[in-house]
Amino acid sequence: MTPELGHFALILSLWVALAQGVLPLVGAQRSQPQWIAIARPATTASFLLVAIAFACLTWSFYINDFSIAYVAAHSNTQLPTMYRISAVWGGHEGSLLLWVLMLAGWAQAVALFSRQLPDAMVARVLGVLGLVMFGLLAFVLLTSNPFERLLPAAEEGRSLNPLLQDPGLVYHPPMLYMGYVGMSVAFAFAIAALLAGQLDAAWARWSRPWTTVAWIFLTLGIALGSWWAYYELGWGGWWFWDPVENASFMPWLVATALIHSLAVTEKRGSFKNWTVLLAIAAFSLSLLGTFLVRSGVLTSVHAFATDPRRGIFILILLAIVVGSSLLLFALRAPKVSLGGRFSLLSRETLLLVNNVLLVVACGAVLLGTLYPLIIDALGLGKLSVGPPYFNAVFVPIMLPLLVLVAAGPIARWKQAELGDIVRRLWPAAVVALLAGIALPMLAGEWHGYVALALALAAWIIAAIVLQAIQRLKTGNPPPSWWGMQIAHFGLAAFVIGVAMVGSYEEERDVRMSPGETVTVGGHTFKFLGVEDVRGPNYTAARGSFELSKDGKMLRILHPEKRNYDSSAMPMTEAAIDAGLTRDVYVSLGEPLEGAAWAVRVYFKPFVDWIWGGCLLMSLGGLVAAADRRYRLKARTATKTVATGAMAA
Amino acid sequence: MKRLLALVPAALLSFSLLANEAAPLAEDPVVEQRLVHIAGELRCLVCQNESLAGSQADLAKDLRREVRGLIKEGKSDEEVKDFLVSRYGDFVLYRPQVKPETYLLWGGPFILLVAGIIALVSYLRRRNRLVPDTPLTEEEKKRAADLLKADS
Amino acid sequence: MNKFLLPLGIFIVLVALLAVGLNLNPREVPSPLVGKPAPAFTVPQLHEPEKTFSPKDMLGKVWLFNVWASWCVSCREEHPILVEFARTGMVPIVGLDYKDKRADGQRWLARFGNPYQIVPFDADGRVGIDYGVYGVPETYLIDKAGVIRFKQIGPVTPEVLEKKIIPLVQELNK
Repeated sequence: MTPELGHFALILSLWVALAQGVLPLVGAQRSQPQWIAIARPATTASFLLVAIAFACLTWSFYINDFSIAYVAAHSNTQLPTMYRISAVWGGHEGSLLLWVLMLAGWAQAVALFSRQLPDAMVARVLGVLGLVMFGLLAFVLLTSNPFERLLPAAEEGRSLNPLLQDPGLVYHPPMLYMGYVGMSVAFAFAIAALLAGQLDAAWARWSRPWTTVAWIFLTLGIALGSWWAYYELGWGGWWFWDPVENASFMPWLVATALIHSLAVTEKRGSFKNWTVLLAIAAFSLSLLGTFLVRSGVLTSVHAFATDPRRGIFILILLAIVVGSSLLLFALRAPKVSLGGRFSLLSRETLLLVNNVLLVVACGAVLLGTLYPLIIDALGLGKLSVGPPYFNAVFVPIMLPLLVLVAAGPIARWKQAELGDIVRRLWPAAVVALLAGIALPMLAGEWHGYVALALALAAWIIAAIVLQAIQRLKTGNPPPSWWGMQIAHFGLAAFVIGVAMVGSYEEERDVRMSPGETVTVGGHTFKFLGVEDVRGPNYTAARGSFELSKDGKMLRILHPEKRNYDSSAMPMTEAAIDAGLTRDVYVSLGEPLEGAAWAVRVYFKPFVDWIWGGCLLMSLGGLVAAADRRYRLKARTATKTVATGAMAA
Repeated sequence: MKRLLALVPAALLSFSLLANEAAPLAEDPVVEQRLVHIAGELRCLVCQNESLAGSQADLAKDLRREVRGLIKEGKSDEEVKDFLVSRYGDFVLYRPQVKPETYLLWGGPFILLVAGIIALVSYLRRRNRLVPDTPLTEEEKKRAADLLKADS
Repeated sequence: MNKFLLPLGIFIVLVALLAVGLNLNPREVPSPLVGKPAPAFTVPQLHEPEKTFSPKDMLGKVWLFNVWASWCVSCREEHPILVEFARTGMVPIVGLDYKDKRADGQRWLARFGNPYQIVPFDADGRVGIDYGVYGVPETYLIDKAGVIRFKQIGPVTPEVLEKKIIPLVQELNK
């Protein structure tokens, strides 16, 4: 009964989404208030319907209803409750439904928190979101129905891939989708503005908090995925330039460019076409990513089971959504005014350079990701493009960007003076130079790569401190200023983490009998032994290692080698002692003769700064988005617009 | 008594060994380090999304054994890679070779960057010609000053 | 107007590329050995370990080199087709037993039929590596001069037999 209810709710939501898409858009075009007024209620209705469908699917997982094919394929009775529920998005159909739920949720949020926007604008935004939702719901219902029955029902389900039985599955996909799908709001605002022929500073101000919040979720989602891979896969890597990872990173790069571009459009009325194009690009990359993951076009560890029909459908959806947006852009862009004048050296220009670098980086990642496909399609054979390529190409593009991060906030709008910038930043340059020379030597060997990275990070941090000192003299800066500095600081922390781990990590692969020790990075592991334990749906060999440093015992770590009941593949669960300045990591390999085991230990200096940096970036975004100026009510907005018009 | 005395050197010996340091898993750590370095840039053909260094697939273990043998024979990194490419094709390399098929790949990002900078500069120049400079009139300057005074 | 159409233009090219990509298989790794001489090796035979086999034993003949194993599930799919094809006598089939245990390999052939003229035994997989084998079953068609002319990755299906292997055998035998 529940699956049928869910299925029915989905079918209804399809038609409500269509109504939500078509009627308000036509209404706004023809200035018909009754059709415009349909937007908000339709959005709420479609959201509730999709939510009901999702709840039905979740309930089916919870009660182990194996008469549903999707449930039987991804869950079983032995699975702990937490994973039974997150298994809902463990496969293609369910995760796609999650995608649609997020889209409906974002639309609902826009409907709720947009009282200060003109009704016609809101109608257009919700209309665009409705159309996209219609397309995705059609995709779900026609090719990926999660409620399809399995008759006769299975006795027991196939269970979730052991790699996914981890808290990471609970948080990473929802967070990532919130960001990924959230780009649709910026996209909808851009399309709405193009349709209305109304692209101005006010539009940028409305659009900005939505984009920033989506960006925050995307940052957190990617960081969570990276952290999960690090502690779960057992060999200490944190980014693999896998096609699906790239599929989430590309929208992030463009979204970062978009946030900075929106800032300029809001403050100076410039870059309007550029901002709109970035907004379209960000969501297009999200859709492209969805295609890449689910179509089987590229090999990836993340790829869902593929079906050519699905690939064709998403490609058509992608072609229609992005194609029509770019066509609309081509038609309307020439009529958009250029905004204010600014000189070759100004904050505007520096931000433009920032955007060029981010977009080029995104282009490089796209090229590398798709190149195997290009070569194959041209009949030139098969090749692979892996981390060596991406690292070689991505890092040099980002280095100039790191230099700009310090200079940009200091440069004046419209016309900056080089002398002024130099005067304010030269102490930061000195600090950077010293850091680059001294710090690597303190950490171990001096390497050019680390020195450069640490110098740039120090440059950014020193510049932030200098700005803070100066700015605080003249009163308390607004949250958006603090947000920017926190986010930039997070970027510097990220760079430090990457550089330190890349150059100074240590790894030892040893055979250990109980009583033996191994030392890595100044930390000593003493092997105490292995015992057999039983978990909810697995048996495991549980090792005990005494961790000590400088003779002092820190704690006992318990890595495990698990054999899940439902899978022949043994799983390694590493044990990590995390700290502010380093992680130490131990994982069990194969059992050897006697009581000996193959053991791998790692010393990873500053690795948590990678995700700590991402966390700070998200925090910065949150602080900036919370700025009251974005939530001004309608009447105050009119006053601000009026005074803005006079000053322009 | 003699037996107890015989035990003393053994006891002293065990105290002088600080702790039992575990032996490396690999027979030859130097060879192993080169193996990890080379295999890190090679793709596992079975799972296809792991490097040859990390994969636990049977074929990966066999190939690592082969590579170890080649390293012990004194082969260079290039020769090891050639050994694998002649059997499995370019697919096995994570770092694409630079040859006509990959000129676009390796050159692409750099070309994009240069094109981006050129486009940016020409856009800025054109823009400054097109957008008129609108300095404030005396009256507007006075209104702006009044507004600023009123706000603070 | 023209320059604003550029993003759309780039996008259309991208979609075309992806559409082509849907028909390709990114997991398949074609062999660089096609058109090159079959790598030399000498290994003992499965049933008579004191006898050996080497590809040069087959010079002057067109022959099929099939790589299989008793632990390989897909091999069971293609085996009846090979047994059937061997009966036609069109081309001798040599079946390399890859990374197997002797007893298991012998038992498997006894159970499912033996289409092979000779069964070389590759205990440690070295021959497989030399031939670029990455997943059994794989099959090579080798000509009279000992050059590999075709490689099938995955089970030999009746379609592959009919459309690719048999025509090529006939041509090579002329």
